[in-house]
Formats: sequence, C-alpha cells, structure tokens
Amino acid sequence: MAHEHKLEIFRGLVKFKSNTQKIWGVLAFLTLITAVEVVLGIMKPDILIDTLFMGMKVLNWIFIILTLVKAYYIAWDFMHLRDEKASLRRAIIWTPIFLVIYLVFILLVEADYIHNIYKDGFVSWNF
Amino acid sequence: MDSTVTTGQETNVWGGGNQPLGVSYGKLMMWFFLVSDALTFSGFLAAYGFSRFKFIESWPIADEVFTHVPFFHGNYPMIYVAFMTFVLIMSSVTMVLAVDAGHKMKQNAVIWYMFATIIGGAIFVGSQAWEWSTFIKGDHGALETKGGRILQFVKADSGERASLSDFAVSIPDERVVHESKNGIWFFQEGTSTSFSLNEVVEGFKADTNILIRTELINEEGEKTLLDRQSSLAKLADAKEVVEGANLIHNEYGTRLFADFFFFITGFHGFHVFSGVLINIIIFFNVILGTYERRGHYEMVEKVGLYWHFVDLVWVFVFTFFYLV
Repeated sequence: MAHEHKLEIFRGLVKFKSNTQKIWGVLAFLTLITAVEVVLGIMKPDILIDTLFMGMKVLNWIFIILTLVKAYYIAWDFMHLRDEKASLRRAIIWTPIFLVIYLVFILLVEADYIHNIYKDGFVSWNF
Repeated sequence: MDSTVTTGQETNVWGGGNQPLGVSYGKLMMWFFLVSDALTFSGFLAAYGFSRFKFIESWPIADEVFTHVPFFHGNYPMIYVAFMTFVLIMSSVTMVLAVDAGHKMKQNAVIWYMFATIIGGAIFVGSQAWEWSTFIKGDHGALETKGGRILQFVKADSGERASLSDFAVSIPDERVVHESKNGIWFFQEGTSTSFSLNEVVEGFKADTNILIRTELINEEGEKTLLDRQSSLAKLADAKEVVEGANLIHNEYGTRLFADFFFFITGFHGFHVFSGVLINIIIFFNVILGTYERRGHYEMVEKVGLYWHFVDLVWVFVFTFFYLV
C-alpha cells in the first residue's frame, strides 16, 4: 500500500492539497448533487416532465445520469479506485457495466412487450 | 525429471507473493465479492424495472407514498429519505477519513472516525426501520377490487386524499370470533381492518363529497380521478378493505411495488446492518491495537470498501424507488 493519492478531480480542474481535503471536497460535490435531485424531485418542472427522450421523461434521464455521476465519485474517491492500477479498475468496472446493460436491455424490452399485451391484447386485468 | 530447471527469474514470477494488480489478496477478494454483490443488486433492480415497465401506466407515485417525516405532521415527500441519503454519505466520509488516518498510523483518529461511522450506520438502519413501519401501517386506507386493483378516495372540494375514517359509517354487526374449541383445525384469527367493506361502501354512498381515484396514471402524470357517477359504479367492484401494505395487499397501488420495496430495501438494510456489525468488530480491534502491532491498517481499508459499497447501492435504490 504505497500510497500516493491522486488529488485532482474533474480532470485536473480542481486540485486539492491533501487527501483529507479531497474527501471533504467530494462530499460537498455529492451533497450538492443530492440537493439538486431532491429539489428537482419536489418541484418537477413541467418542461422536464413533458419532454420525452427515447421514450422516457427528461427528468428521469437527469436523475439517472446524476446517479451515475455520484456512483463514479463514490467509487473513484471514497473507494479510491483512482489510486489503483488501471487493470484492476477495468476488471472491476467494465464487467458489471457490460452485464448490467445486457440484462436491463433484455428485461425492459420484454416488459414493454408484456405491457403492450395487457394494453392491446385481450387480457382483462382492470376489474 | 531433470528438466525442471529453476532460474532465479522464474522464482520471481511463479514463486508466489506477486501482486499483478497492485493490491493484496484480501483486498482483491473484497473487490471481487463487491462485484458479485453489485450484480445481485443489479438483478433485483432490473427485475424491479421489469415489473415497473410492465405496469407503467398504473405504478404508484413515490411522492404520494413516502410523505412522512418523524415528529412532523403533514405532507413532506422526499425530505426524510434525502436526510437518510445524507447520513449514509456522511458516514462514508468518516470511513474514508478513518482509512486515511490508518495510512498515517494514527490510532486515536481511526478510533473516533470508526465510531462516527458506526453511529451514522445505526441512524440509517433505524431510519429504514421507521420507514418500513410507516409504510406497513399505511396512510389513508383503500379498497381492493376483484381484479386486485386499488381504489383510493379523494375529497371532491379540496382535492385532498380522504381517509377511510373521514367518511365510513359505523354499522353495528356481530362478529363471531373463531376459537380453538370450535374447530379441529384452528388457525390464528386474521387481522381485521378498522372498517368493514360494508361500512366504507355505505359511507361513500352517504357522503357526496368523496370521489374514487384509480391506479391508472393519466396524461398529466396523475392518478385518474373518477366523477361521482363512475365512482359509484366502480364501487361495485370492491371486494375488501386494505389498510397499509404487506406482501399480499398494498393500499398504495400495485402489490408488486410493496414486494419490491420490502425485498430491495430489506436486502440493502441487511447489508447496512451487517456492515455496522463488521465495523464494530474492526472498531474494537483498532482499540485493542491489533493493527498497530500488525504494522498496517489494511483491515480498516477492506471494511471501508464494503461500507462504501453499501452507500453506492443506496444511491441507486434512492434514485429508482424515490426519484424516478
């Protein structure tokens, strides 16, 4: 565990003096994102709800992207993947990402099909 | 065989003690465990997504389900779960600080940061227990139809949700309690709801200010409100009174919502709980000076990885159960 920490986040835009400072900086960033999510979740701006992108509300896309951003900073700075070898990082990150995208794609397409069966087919469920 | 000649270089590669990924065995195995655990949670969340897409038009709206804050009355969606999220992220931070202090071999700092982490975890598990009990107890009550759909009630003048107690009439009837002496096969008495179906139906007919709200989500993204005429017609479908939620009935909407809520937040809560226990064990080891004698605090780092993972999963559960 020879540990030099990489102290830059946002691709070198912000550079911290010590690891402790970086931790507090990341906390501030994560808190900000959570606050934005909560405010958006309470306000639900009409424009974000009415606009659809790939069949889903833009607001939901924003939530999912912000979640992935949060996940990235938790894994990179709290679990200090940033300081690990690239080979370890890739083995840990790309394996689940590939499998999850595969699973989610199959299940959601299938679910949408079943939804259409309920809707247009001769299946009675609302009684 | 004489041909097995060992040169010095080969001993370096195959002789053991190599760390091609730059981490120790224990840490690597922790990472691999976390990857497999991540896939388990992904499986659950993908299954949740499957059921949700299947019933996309009638799925409960989270903002109308999780509206309570302890010690406060009224309607505050999102606030409490945002607080829980912050507590968990905060305890993640104290955990990183403990790991950081461990690298610098500062025993006392590790002790205090671990202590703060354990407290944060305990607050989170407690909050989740409260969230569960509120969810199970239920809010307004509803009727379930023969097809298993949920009918909720709304006050026509204010547009607010109406509780069963707001309009149900009291019809005295004799309820015979089944006792063990009256049957060979005696099962426990089932729980009865605070109002019978008949009381709710009669109360609905008497109070013209009450309308029925169905599960179906309309174009504005709200649950469909029936007018008085079709409300009365719909009432004929009702089969039983539902209060609160369990694995079979759910007053908030489709029962799958409750099933997945219990299953996924329960599995996550169990992770947090075991994380707190592991943290406590390591906490005592730190106090006893085990790692001071060992010369490094890598165990703190390993449980730290597990603890951050719990936080990581919660970020996704938060998004898919409360936000989206």
